[in-house]
Amino acid sequence: MNQGRSRGGRWRRIRGLVRKEIIQIWRDPSSLLVAFAHPLLLLFLFGFGLSFDANVIRIGLVVEQPSPDTAWFETALTNSPYFDVKTAHDRRDFIDALTAGWIDGIVVIPGDFAARGARGDMAPVQVITDGSDPNTASFVTGYVQGAWQIWQAQLRARAGVETAAPVVTVPRFWFNPELKSRRALLPGSIAQILMMVGSLLTALIVAREWERGTMEALLATPIGRLEFIAGKLIPNFMLGMGAMAVSVVAAVWVFDVPFRGSILSLVGITTVFLLVALGLGLLVSTAARTQFAASQIATLVSFLPSLFFSGAIFEIAAMPAILRGLAAIVPARYYVDSLETIFLVGDVGPVLLRSGAILTVIAIAIIAFTVRKTKMRLD
Amino acid sequence: MAPRLVALIVKEFLAAFRDRRGRFTLIVPPIMQLLLYAYAATLEVKNVPIGILNEDWGMISEQLVSRFERASAFSEIIYFHSLDEVAAAIDAQQVTAVVHIGQEFSRRLAANEPAPVQIILDARKSNTAQILNSYIGAIVSQFNEDRMSLQAPIDQPSIVVDRTWYNPNREYRNVMIPSLVGTLSMTTVLVVVAMSVARERELGTFEQLLVSPLQPLEIVIGKAVPGVAIGMIQAAGIVALITTLFGIPVTGSIPLLFLGLFVFLLSIAGVGLFVSSLASTQQQAMLGSMLFMAPAIMLSGFTAPVQNMPDWLQPLAHLNPLTHFLVIVRGVFLRDMPAHLVLDRIWPMGGIAIVTLLAATWLFRHRVS
Repeated sequence: MNQGRSRGGRWRRIRGLVRKEIIQIWRDPSSLLVAFAHPLLLLFLFGFGLSFDANVIRIGLVVEQPSPDTAWFETALTNSPYFDVKTAHDRRDFIDALTAGWIDGIVVIPGDFAARGARGDMAPVQVITDGSDPNTASFVTGYVQGAWQIWQAQLRARAGVETAAPVVTVPRFWFNPELKSRRALLPGSIAQILMMVGSLLTALIVAREWERGTMEALLATPIGRLEFIAGKLIPNFMLGMGAMAVSVVAAVWVFDVPFRGSILSLVGITTVFLLVALGLGLLVSTAARTQFAASQIATLVSFLPSLFFSGAIFEIAAMPAILRGLAAIVPARYYVDSLETIFLVGDVGPVLLRSGAILTVIAIAIIAFTVRKTKMRLD
Repeated sequence: MAPRLVALIVKEFLAAFRDRRGRFTLIVPPIMQLLLYAYAATLEVKNVPIGILNEDWGMISEQLVSRFERASAFSEIIYFHSLDEVAAAIDAQQVTAVVHIGQEFSRRLAANEPAPVQIILDARKSNTAQILNSYIGAIVSQFNEDRMSLQAPIDQPSIVVDRTWYNPNREYRNVMIPSLVGTLSMTTVLVVVAMSVARERELGTFEQLLVSPLQPLEIVIGKAVPGVAIGMIQAAGIVALITTLFGIPVTGSIPLLFLGLFVFLLSIAGVGLFVSSLASTQQQAMLGSMLFMAPAIMLSGFTAPVQNMPDWLQPLAHLNPLTHFLVIVRGVFLRDMPAHLVLDRIWPMGGIAIVTLLAATWLFRHRVS
């Protein structure tokens, strides 16, 4: 009897706290902005701003001494859709442009090119690339080398030299055949968004109670630790789910990312991930007590690791062993794996079950730890 | 005016360093991020398994397979016996790339026809997939070249000589780490400035500042100077760590770098003050800073080059102070950038600084609620 009444009281208290939080969110629309407008902004940025696919490579072509031999190579480069070619007769004309980053590389056909070729000597074509943009530098070398190889093959064919047939590689990019960066990055960026909504917002709310002195008022009520935590988790969980829904709808309809899995698995895996993110935020908030420190620590422990160790941008296998160990406990990594799979592949049992299980363990550990650390007293 | 301003600046410094947690957040996160970026941010791929499905079993395919066994980028080779096995392994993310040599392989090469080899890649990780594709392509073209020179040795009439300037080994970290001078000091200045005004508003002391003899412009300067100073000191520490700990030398002029840094941080302080003049709580200021920071980093060329963005988005990238500063910091570190090219990038940041600082001053005067 007594037991039943206290349990009824508990639900009533949680409901009251949830209502207070919801009113607080509603009155300060910045939380709503973070939950609904910010995901759209981030998706937009990931969708358009972050592309590793070089559109056109800007090249400065230096022909020190034009001749019929060099003309072919020149037209091969200028006609290619991959290159935007400017021509000059002196390499010094392009050095400032390369230093300033206006062009990506310089191709030099030296003055004695034709003469050496006629003698049967090695005639070098020089490619100068900008190593401070390593990705583009390798594109430049690759494309120029490709153009050069085609030229060589034509010369050989003209000379009637018999060569061995080559092995040709045919890449097949599964799940994303046109290899759009956007399709691969957007599902992963949802993890970033939820980390942000989940841990950053939550990190601020408990610290705010301490900083403004309203924690004291809460302590004077019969609310217990578990009720306090539940009251903080529930409204922010709803915000997080809302942010997820907005992001998924935008990714699929605006950015044309396929969705091949089921909504059930999406909601399931998002639920555990949100519990992790919210738990982390509460833990930071409990430890920090000022909003400034809470926001800094939350960025450090939740946002940055989820950017670095999610495997979406940087390959985890290539990192040193210590960081690989660290990456193993970064929750966003498992969520990103699941999202990429749900969007691009479908419900793949092994991936989803493994990620779900690991996330559940992390969620339970973090929330249990937060409950222990939450002090319902002033000191 | 001067003593009042000095008093305000001193007060701001005291406020920033008074709290132990506040001091902690100015020192520890930047160093941790520096270490993280230095070792985690790599666009190389190594240590990954590769799958091989060889349905041919001729001599030549064995030779090709042995090339993969010798390659150092791969941690192990997983042999598959059917396409179904391959599909299951890729779905479950056990392997990202599988080389599929078909039954016709040896026969076609014997008949002197080009022989296709299929490379199956898991494009869920589109970056890794592309890099692996180019690794595998390089191994195969080396294989081709060796076979050709074995069969028909001809003198090459021309070769391509490849020179890489500024960063000869094309190491990604040499680019990434100097860029951190920009992103880390930007984060610090933005948050310090935006939060300090918002905290005063929340605690009610901002009203007291406004009724003091301080002019709005003086408040703006008094709030901006400590933020910029903290950012400059932090950046100097980071530059020192980069040159000593990570051994990346500054090839250009250090005074030029710090001139650029100063104007850059001034423009960021302007943005911070602008954000905080609109925010009435710390939460709003924090979120406002985030709303600026995420696009500023994404649209700056920090991770992917600006020229890869769509044409209509590129002008927006040039309104972003970080875009200009990254050119300066990478230029001065790696390319010995001459003064006139650095100045080309300083003017736009100076313009942004003036506009945002004046806008914040105007808002402080007109938004006393």
